[in-house]
Amino acid sequence: MFHTSLSLNDLGFLAQGAGVTLLITFWAMLGGTILGIVFGVFRATTPWWATAPLAFVLDIFRSVPLLIQLVLVNAFQAIAGLNVSAFMVSCVVLALYTSAYCSELVRGGIAAVPLTTRRAARSLGLTWWQDMTQIVYPIALRIMLPSWIGLTLGVMKDTALVSWLGIIELLRTSQIIVTRIQEPLFVLTVAGLIYFIISFPISRLGARLERKWREND
Amino acid sequence: MFNYTFHWRPAFQALPHMLSGAVVTLQIAILSMIIGVAIGVLLALMSGSGNKIFRGIASTWIEIARNTPALFQIYMAYFGLGQFGIHLDSFVALLAGIAFNNAGYLAETFRGGLRVVPATQVRAARSLGLGSVSAFRLIVLPQMFRAVFYPMTNQMVWAILMTSLGVVVGLNTDLTGVTQELNVKTFRTFEYFALAAVLYYLIAKAVTLGARAFAYRLFRY
Repeated sequence: MFHTSLSLNDLGFLAQGAGVTLLITFWAMLGGTILGIVFGVFRATTPWWATAPLAFVLDIFRSVPLLIQLVLVNAFQAIAGLNVSAFMVSCVVLALYTSAYCSELVRGGIAAVPLTTRRAARSLGLTWWQDMTQIVYPIALRIMLPSWIGLTLGVMKDTALVSWLGIIELLRTSQIIVTRIQEPLFVLTVAGLIYFIISFPISRLGARLERKWREND
Repeated sequence: MFNYTFHWRPAFQALPHMLSGAVVTLQIAILSMIIGVAIGVLLALMSGSGNKIFRGIASTWIEIARNTPALFQIYMAYFGLGQFGIHLDSFVALLAGIAFNNAGYLAETFRGGLRVVPATQVRAARSLGLGSVSAFRLIVLPQMFRAVFYPMTNQMVWAILMTSLGVVVGLNTDLTGVTQELNVKTFRTFEYFALAAVLYYLIAKAVTLGARAFAYRLFRY
């Protein structure tokens, strides 16, 4: 019969790790989305030569492995004597990383709003701000939201890398349990299942939203 | 603040060593893409087939690959398979993990790409006397690859970035592995990893630009 040394306590430990994973995801998405919207609107509404430096920096976040970014920023804060916790470093790096992708989404969403619609809004007497909030925002949101959900799940999965800085999140807790009870396959499967349970329903929701909203177009 | 002197010279002296690591990184990425594309096409076909078992296998693979972290998949290959008596070294485990991940994402891409090719074309090809295999190979595949070329380039860049996870399972020959080994010897973390970041950036850019040039030559009407 199947026998395992995985105790109820260990499951609690895994759940705790999952909580850390979700917490980091939350902060990264919060910071990343706010920054992403600011950067995205800036890049969509300003001529390309003015935003080229920003575009270059954001491109770096997408072209360098996240692991390297984490190590670099962590080393830098140690050198600069900032005395910031590894948790803080992870959240900041992940937020910047997220903002690079999010700004791309926002830019794409704004670009997808037909220019004629926006000109019509402006010639009806709406201000730039009203045009952005009343016309562009609702139309761009439907285009962006499914991809934004996908981005959230991507970031959630990428948080597994922060274990390299010593943060005990879901995947790291599973490794700690493995070193004790020596059942890598089973414990990893449980950890993977937790990731799957978090990710799968949300990804399905995103796919459904995308399909549903496309029908109405 | 800043009681630290940067020592860039040892980092630059280690550059040849790191470049040889970059070659290994590219090797893993390319191999994982070749395996990933092959399995991805197969999975896309299976998920579109009438057979329930095939569809089940394909969707299980795709959903696991897309809904769990890449690091988890590499851990599974490295630690998990040991329970079956399969002991992969870190290079193979990393390759297997990335290829598994690539195949799942690419299958989803290919599934969309297959829809680009109208069914009438296949029927036309069959009535001209082509077999089902050669109709697929000569008519459907080239058009599908054209449609998915850009997402495939993205996946290639992703594969390059994913190779950096090898260091977590103890790989010390790829770019991150080499960098980490130098770091452990000298504790000049920032210098070495900054150089590695520049190299990764250059590799990613080279791949993107190369693919664009390649696409320009291939897909010009």
